[in-house]
Amino acid sequence: MSLLGEFALWIAFLIGIWGAAAGFTGGRTGRADLQRSSRNAVFALAITLLIAMFAVEWLLFARDFNVEYVAAETSRNLPTFYTWSALYAGQKGSLLFWATVLSIFGSLAMLLTAPRHRIYLPYVAGVVCVVAVFFITVMLGAANPFARLPFTPPDGNGMNPQLQNPGMVFHPPMLYLGYISITIPFAFAVAALLSKRLDVDWLVAIRKWTILSWLFLSIGICLGMWWAYVELGWGGYWAWDPVENASFLPWLVMTAFLHSVMIQEKRGMLKKWNLGLILAAWVLSIFGTFITRSGVIQSVHSFTQSPVGSYFSVFLFVSIVLLTILYVTRLPLLQTEAYLESLVSREASFLFNNLMLVGIAVTVLTLTIFPILSELFTGNKIQMKPPAFNVVNVPLGLALLALTGIGPLIAWRRASIPNLKRQFAVPVAAGVAGALIVLVLGMRQVAPIVTIGLACFVMGTVVQEFARGVRARHRQYGEMYPLAFFRLIARNRRRYGGYVVHTGMVMLFVAFTGMAFKIETEASLKPGESVSLRSPYGWTYTFKHLGVSQYDALNRQVTAGTVVVSRDGKTIGTMVPEKRQHVDSFGRPTFQPSTAVAIRSDLREDLYVVLGGVVGGTETAVYRFTINPLVWWVWYGGIVVAFGGVIVMWPGGTVGSNRVASGYTAKLAAANAVGAGE
Amino acid sequence: MREPVAVSRRSFMAMSAGLVLLQTPARPPVAPPPGADSLADGGAAGQLADPDRAGRPLDPVTARDNDAAIQAIEKRLQCTCGCGLDVYTCRTTDFSCTYSPGYHRQVLALAASGMTGDEIVAEFVKEHGESILMAPPRRGFALVGYYGPWTLVGLAAVGLVLLLRAWARRAAGVAVVESPASPVPTPAELELVRRELQHFES
Repeated sequence: MSLLGEFALWIAFLIGIWGAAAGFTGGRTGRADLQRSSRNAVFALAITLLIAMFAVEWLLFARDFNVEYVAAETSRNLPTFYTWSALYAGQKGSLLFWATVLSIFGSLAMLLTAPRHRIYLPYVAGVVCVVAVFFITVMLGAANPFARLPFTPPDGNGMNPQLQNPGMVFHPPMLYLGYISITIPFAFAVAALLSKRLDVDWLVAIRKWTILSWLFLSIGICLGMWWAYVELGWGGYWAWDPVENASFLPWLVMTAFLHSVMIQEKRGMLKKWNLGLILAAWVLSIFGTFITRSGVIQSVHSFTQSPVGSYFSVFLFVSIVLLTILYVTRLPLLQTEAYLESLVSREASFLFNNLMLVGIAVTVLTLTIFPILSELFTGNKIQMKPPAFNVVNVPLGLALLALTGIGPLIAWRRASIPNLKRQFAVPVAAGVAGALIVLVLGMRQVAPIVTIGLACFVMGTVVQEFARGVRARHRQYGEMYPLAFFRLIARNRRRYGGYVVHTGMVMLFVAFTGMAFKIETEASLKPGESVSLRSPYGWTYTFKHLGVSQYDALNRQVTAGTVVVSRDGKTIGTMVPEKRQHVDSFGRPTFQPSTAVAIRSDLREDLYVVLGGVVGGTETAVYRFTINPLVWWVWYGGIVVAFGGVIVMWPGGTVGSNRVASGYTAKLAAANAVGAGE
Repeated sequence: MREPVAVSRRSFMAMSAGLVLLQTPARPPVAPPPGADSLADGGAAGQLADPDRAGRPLDPVTARDNDAAIQAIEKRLQCTCGCGLDVYTCRTTDFSCTYSPGYHRQVLALAASGMTGDEIVAEFVKEHGESILMAPPRRGFALVGYYGPWTLVGLAAVGLVLLLRAWARRAAGVAVVESPASPVPTPAELELVRRELQHFES
């Protein structure tokens, strides 16, 4: 099976080279046979890479420990659920996963692109093949998932315990899908540049793809936060780790693009900017992959240092140079069709929104690579850790939150003063009221008060937008309010789905303020002893340690502490944090002991208990007890963001919009006739 | 008049047997053998069957370990085990780390010797260099990290305002050139637009 897999990789490599050559030549010369061939090459690439991926899965499930990758990532007693995810748990498998999914997305682009946009497809096929060939080259040259060992170990090393979590089965693929799907809009952008067809057509062709990759990135980032929270045991969900930042960077740039592209579609402006954003998003996605795999920056997520990093740095450098040349030579073709008419307009507010998003991206990038920059200029590595990231990013984040509320309130082209007064009255009142309420309730930290105030302001904007839309439909079409609400969203999914996303973002920002009120304590407790913690809501939680038990599970030896929790004297449940020693099928320890956190959640706060270990081999256990307010709102916020994204990209909205537009035109004509009669 | 409750012979025998059993004196409490589990309130903790499974043996937590001032100092120091966490979070999360407990003991010892938080942090910097800090001091090249992004965003904002003003002026110029050619709306058209706008904005 490893031979079949390796053979498939080589075939895919050759097909990729042919596909790239045929695509670019076919696009340039217009030869239909080459264009067809490039399209078929993408399909063939997908099939061969799927065969290679199937071969890796086969070897993983067969526990063929003679294959280096299988021995490194699995063991005989690894549960089936995680055997599947072993495909992308390690460097080599994840590269194959990357290339395979890219070829599948490429094939979907070939199949689903509307006929009027097919002019771009040969170039798109060429770009997809080039990127896929790069990944296959890395595999064949430095990270072959089919490489064999000179001996066969009796059992494998097993999967890192921290990866044995349901979150890790879904989080990496989601992020990969986000990273990889950016290649499709990028490929269309390159196609538009190469073919010199830089009107709005290519933007229409990539609309769904951009939302799709943004959606995958959003879900992947949220799942990563959830995994970090439930698995790593440090009590938080975001640590500004370089690899977390690497996923955040393309997300920020894609978010900026999703806003600014509306200006190009409506007004024919910002062509250079939008093209630049798509190219930057792709470069950042490759940069993220480079950071994860090169070991150039210290990160808890990084794969082990390997020659893969040098492949990525060369690819990144060559890509940036070629893209810059292509972009600069096409600048004369990217002239604006209109000019902004007023500083107080929706366009201007979107531009400031873009400024903040790109500003945060530049900030995160600068601070992430700060060790490299500082070493380059001063000879000393200066690490920027979470406190420094928070100091710099919190004001920028709050400014962005404010713009989230401001943008929808300002009219396109030009807003008048009376219009601004009418639009801003309710949201500003909501914001001030929100800030005053938390102030009266005893909150004294500035950042959380400002966040709550801004969150209320944005929600005021969203609610006002929905209320006005629903009222207008009710008045115009006589629809009942609930029906008007659903039709309002259905007829303008992009706008109102966007507001749902804004609501999710508000929930996330409010949830982040909870971390300012985190309470924790450490205690060593004998059986029967307890410790109390006072929650920010005023309740007193008592944690009573009952004892420690030890037992064997499938691939681990468990030491579990049992804690009974009561709130204001009333028992509310039992929590069982664990210490796990993973072992292979011979009972030999495979990794350092790890912790499995016990979490008890409700909408207000999480109780988070970590078993650190025991004192002197007795049942006296060392625990860390933490009360984390509002954490569930992070997960709910993520769900709402994803839901809003699904609304935005849900197919079929155009027909409705057309119907509305034609209805509006008919009404206008009728009114015109009446007006003329008068 | 209440009817007498009928009790069968079998029930009567069962109840009698129960009463006899209840009268049986309880066995005297037996001390748990050494090494056995114990759940007695606050009593001595029993030995675990395999303490090695529970990771590195830990010391009991003292009030000093939970001292907010000590925690605040430790949150300014980075653990050097490669986890990227501060010393407090590392020692209360990664219980296999061999670095953070040592740093914790060092912080406690320095605090006991009468040093302030800043002095303790300075002592760590002297020993390990500035890389031990979670947030580098705001001087030298680190200023680029702290203020560079804000400066950049600020300059970009100023540049954007200037650009937008230039665009707005250019758009106004275009409008002035175009205005003579544009048709003058009739009162009926103006009324129609007014009504439609009212509809749209309501």
